[in-house]
Amino acid sequence: MVQTTGMLGEDGIHVDMGHLKSGEVNLGTSIMAINFKDGVILGADSRTTTGAYIANRVTDKLTRVHDTIWCCRSGSAADTQAVADIVQYHLGMYGITNDEAPTTQTAAAIFQELCYENKDALSAGIIIAGWDHRHGGQVYSIPLGGSLHKQAYSIGGSGSTYIYGYCDANWKENMTEQEGVKFVKGALQEAIKWDGSSGGVIRMVVLTKRGAERHLYLPDRNYEGPGMDRP
Amino acid sequence: MTSIGTGYDLSNSVFSPDGRNFQVEYATKAVENGGTAIGIRCKDGVVLAMEKLVTSRLMKKDANKRIATVDRNIGVVSAGLVPDGRHFVSRARDEASSWRSTYKAPIPVASLANRMGSYVQAFTLYSSVRPFGITAIVGGFDAETEVDVDGAVGSGPKVGSGGKTQGVKEGGPYLYMIEPSGLYWGYYGAATGKGRQAAKAELEKLNLDPKKGDTISLEEGVKEAARIIYVAHEDSKDKEFELEMTWISAVSGPTKGRHEDVPKELKDEAERLAKKALEGDDEMEE
Repeated sequence: MVQTTGMLGEDGIHVDMGHLKSGEVNLGTSIMAINFKDGVILGADSRTTTGAYIANRVTDKLTRVHDTIWCCRSGSAADTQAVADIVQYHLGMYGITNDEAPTTQTAAAIFQELCYENKDALSAGIIIAGWDHRHGGQVYSIPLGGSLHKQAYSIGGSGSTYIYGYCDANWKENMTEQEGVKFVKGALQEAIKWDGSSGGVIRMVVLTKRGAERHLYLPDRNYEGPGMDRP
Repeated sequence: MTSIGTGYDLSNSVFSPDGRNFQVEYATKAVENGGTAIGIRCKDGVVLAMEKLVTSRLMKKDANKRIATVDRNIGVVSAGLVPDGRHFVSRARDEASSWRSTYKAPIPVASLANRMGSYVQAFTLYSSVRPFGITAIVGGFDAETEVDVDGAVGSGPKVGSGGKTQGVKEGGPYLYMIEPSGLYWGYYGAATGKGRQAAKAELEKLNLDPKKGDTISLEEGVKEAARIIYVAHEDSKDKEFELEMTWISAVSGPTKGRHEDVPKELKDEAERLAKKALEGDDEMEE
């Protein structure tokens, strides 16, 4: 088996992606989620790779697990999809049996249990972000070992290593939605520029009392549009 | 007891022709012989109280508790067969603990009542088991403050999370009563056991419905609970009893969100007032 952890391969630097099976689809990724004045914003690039080959250039790495609880997936596409599916099932059941929508905490707790108990089998780095009436917006991160971190903002995936400086320099608490979108877009643009395993379009999801709103920014429009998808 | 001799009362899982399960009705009789248990849902907490009938002078005072803690913030008191009550509490603890390991948070009182209701109901379905000989009162306080995931590290933005809906009230005191049939309802005030009729009559006089103005405080609730147990004991005056009383307040209140014994000074004071109120009644009659 080819060991790729922390190595400079011909397809770029691989960080933290560990033991992928040969041929396994990898989300060599740039993902992030931030708190802002009215809730949270999740953002991601759209590149999925199998080794040097771009298996999908318009991937959606922002996954809904409940109406206003979403996650950013990094690591093995198969593993993270499976975990997100299980969490979505649990949150759906929770909503029905308790007659009350689950909170971001509930989602984070279930994600963590799955990631920790199956840490030897999984290659999953997940950021959970959600909004609810009681707690407002919240961002939790679950890195490889399955620990759980509550954060003001969180970045993840191979591309994140390039933007620690950018984020630290530009982060502000209590940003407006416009400032938040600009921050996420600026950070992901840098990650895509420097990380060979990240690329394609920038996707975002804004979670507030209004619900979930999707944004799309295309490289051939210099990541300026089309922007929010208003139905 | 028109059921006796018809054969329809010999087993669970057999309906009588008019749609009754006599085993459940007999279980209710077991409850009606037990010491009175009550619960009061006050403005800022819940009180549980129990008339513990003294069955032997050889038993130590204040030992052999009848009100149990199920989770930090939840208590259970039951009237009826004591061992059945113990089993109920044991199951409730398992439910609370399993909820914590799944959701990394304390179980809401409503969810515990729901699960225990389902558990008790299952004992009315099979011929191999008998229904619970208890009616249980479950009282607790769901945190009004935000509770983070157990074991999570970090605290999010320094300015706090944005986008909270203002004026939304979460958590608070809750009270449920679960019967041998598995039937359960939420209550402002609940009473079961031998003296339940007298206790219910007293509970109905209290101001417990928040829709009808300001409800009684937790401390008033403690005093009323003691008095009601004393009133309910009037009909079995010849028997000795001990008053057992616990309470649960908000995190900002006297028990800091925990289910605890009512402190000795407050309990003694409540019992003194209860006795005085009863003596007062006697004087009126003279």
